[in-house]
Amino acid sequence: MSLLEIKNAHLKLDNKEILKGVSLSVNKGEVHAIMGPNGSGKSTLSYMLAGREGYELETGEILLEGNPLNEMSADERARSGLFLAFQYPVELPGVGGMSFLREAVNSRRKFLGEEEFDHLGFVKEARKEASKMFVKDEMLKRAVNVGFSGGEKKRFEILQMAMLKPKVSILDETDSGLDVDALKIVSEGVNAQRNKENAIVVITHYQRLLDYIVPDFVHILSDGAIIKSGGPELALEVEKNGYAGLINAA
Amino acid sequence: MVATQETIDKVKEVSQSYKYGFVTNLEAEKAPLGLNEDIVKFISKKKKEPNWLLEWRLKAYKKWLTMKQPKWAMVDFPEINFQDIYFYSAPKTKPKLNSLDEVDPELLKTYEKLGIPIKEQEMLAGVAVDYVFDSVSVATTFREKLEKEGIIFCPISEAVHNYPELVKKYIGSVIPVGDNYYAALNSAVFTDGSFVYIPKGVRCPMELSTYFRINEQNSGQFERTLIIAEDDSYVSYLEGCTAPQRDENQLHAAVVELIAMDNAEIKYSTVQNWYPGDKDGKGGIYNFVTKRGNCLGKRSKISWTQVETGSAITWKYPSCVLRGDESVGEFYSVAVANNAQQADTGTKMIHIGKNTKSTIISKGISAGKAQNTYRGQVQIQKSASGSRNFTQCDSLLIGDKCGAHTVPYINQFTPSARVEHEATTSKISEDQLFYCLQRGLDTEQATSLIVNGFCKEVMKELPMEFAVEAQKLIGISLEGSVG
Ligand SMILES: Nc1ncnc2c1ncn2[C@@H]1O[C@H](COP(=O)(O)OP(=O)(O)OP(=O)(O)O)[C@@H](O)[C@H]1O
Ligand SMILES: [Mg+2]
Repeated sequence: MSLLEIKNAHLKLDNKEILKGVSLSVNKGEVHAIMGPNGSGKSTLSYMLAGREGYELETGEILLEGNPLNEMSADERARSGLFLAFQYPVELPGVGGMSFLREAVNSRRKFLGEEEFDHLGFVKEARKEASKMFVKDEMLKRAVNVGFSGGEKKRFEILQMAMLKPKVSILDETDSGLDVDALKIVSEGVNAQRNKENAIVVITHYQRLLDYIVPDFVHILSDGAIIKSGGPELALEVEKNGYAGLINAA
Repeated sequence: MVATQETIDKVKEVSQSYKYGFVTNLEAEKAPLGLNEDIVKFISKKKKEPNWLLEWRLKAYKKWLTMKQPKWAMVDFPEINFQDIYFYSAPKTKPKLNSLDEVDPELLKTYEKLGIPIKEQEMLAGVAVDYVFDSVSVATTFREKLEKEGIIFCPISEAVHNYPELVKKYIGSVIPVGDNYYAALNSAVFTDGSFVYIPKGVRCPMELSTYFRINEQNSGQFERTLIIAEDDSYVSYLEGCTAPQRDENQLHAAVVELIAMDNAEIKYSTVQNWYPGDKDGKGGIYNFVTKRGNCLGKRSKISWTQVETGSAITWKYPSCVLRGDESVGEFYSVAVANNAQQADTGTKMIHIGKNTKSTIISKGISAGKAQNTYRGQVQIQKSASGSRNFTQCDSLLIGDKCGAHTVPYINQFTPSARVEHEATTSKISEDQLFYCLQRGLDTEQATSLIVNGFCKEVMKELPMEFAVEAQKLIGISLEGSVG
């Protein structure tokens, strides 16, 4: 059984068809990369998976460990182990990073039947993970994403991923806005979380990220459908020739 | 029972010595319906008040007769018929319950969400258990500690007898009997409230809380509080309680007066959680309060911090008169209005002394079909050269049937003063909500987190334990307003 299964997903936004029959199967332990031109529907696909309001499927099915997600709300999906690192992380004025993280982690732990963290225990844990990601303690005291630089926001997303220990993580352009060193740090953070039980889907425009986070499969999404799938070499081909050739051939 | 016997004796004594033109039923602990001069006299007599106080009450009553119910606030309710209200009822002993099993489960659910310990739950719900004696002994230790410092903290009805010269000197000195319609009414018929006196140079060693007021009587609908801080003293006073408060009286019209001398500081924090009524506002409490602080002394400071979540209608403007040079006034407010609640609240900062400073931070949250108005006046008198005010009014809307209004009045009579006003209105965005949901928080947790983030600047002004409860309370008040 696949960890995540998308079957023939169709989705409309404002009466415009955005996803036109996407199918994808992700197994435990795998890393998949999704590439594709601007506006091809990559973020839409991630919102759909995460259960954002207004992104309900027209037809099709999604399954997490064989359980249908379609009827589950966004927070239920998250607690079941689905994580989305946002392309544009959202600012939460006045909401301290540490308390936000703690509520999130405790919701997940409660769902898993694990003991919730108390205040001190959590602070210790969070600091440990944060230092791995070179996220300064000071950043955890600030309001979530408020005044964070582009790169800091992305790092904070991956820190959240590390703390929530999801089964399936979707990283939407986590590499954009990162400088060379930060790209390496964040990639190492992601790689450290790879194991036999989980899976990662990275959405990116750049092959460079895939040098660090080496995917098992690469898919090209164009105009709401996957037009080609292959191994890491497919990303190199995109880098060299762009999407035009692939789209025309499809 | 002792209390009842006492009441009966009082009524007997009163009815013998005074002819009201009505027959007092000894069983009935209420004065007859309605308000007239005799009722005012009845109340004063029942409390064995000195003549000067009766005269003072009557003056207020006569003034009140000439006044009209104010109509300028952005609240809508049928005119109150004052002949249809009982103005005096003897303090009732709460119905004694034997265990929490007998308490309204709705109430218990809320206590639980607030994280109120079982013992306190029992006390709030009026369950008769042993530990009530504990609380008496706590109160006694508390009182001893204060007495050692020379601090007076007692019911105002007691202060009238024990410290008449202080009460006489200061009552009505900040809010004159004819100040406004509800203040006049309160002055005529107030039943009880708190009295606090902090002597010169004393820092009150603990937060004074109504919760611990020795006399655990219900102060009724017309509460009156007077706090005096002498030179170089400090006191922090907590009013209210985060637990839901039910009350059979629909109209509440309290008066609070604060007086701060040279270098004195008074911090007054309120959490108001009166019954807001059902979803349509039926049965909710009208809360019409007059609160004012007089910064009489040089470099004195008065801070009002309020978290208002209850009542069907709130009409409340805690204010500061900055008389002393370099005195400071602060107002931090969170007002939540959900469903059919209406809140018209804000402050007045009257700058009279030189180089006086005031800060106003108001956070209004509206949900359901509620209306939330900030109304604030900043007045800088000619004498108040070099004075400054900073005002920030933020409104948060949840849903699209509610409203937020900001009504600032600024009167500046001296060019050397600086007045700044900032206002924002925002909504909880879908992006924010989705971001929180994606991290596994449910809609209510998410709303509560975002709302508390919005209120943070005010919450941090509350004493720590109070702030934690107030945060949860705001979450509870907004339950069901999103999604
Ligand atoms: N609410 C909406 N109504 C109609 N069209 C929408 C709506 N939201 C997004 N779209 C359109 O859907 C298409 C897919 O958008 P999406 O954000 O998924 O693209 P993307 O592949 O993530 O692009 P990028 O690489 O730029 O991030 C775009 O053409 C976009 O304009
Ligand atoms: Mg995108």
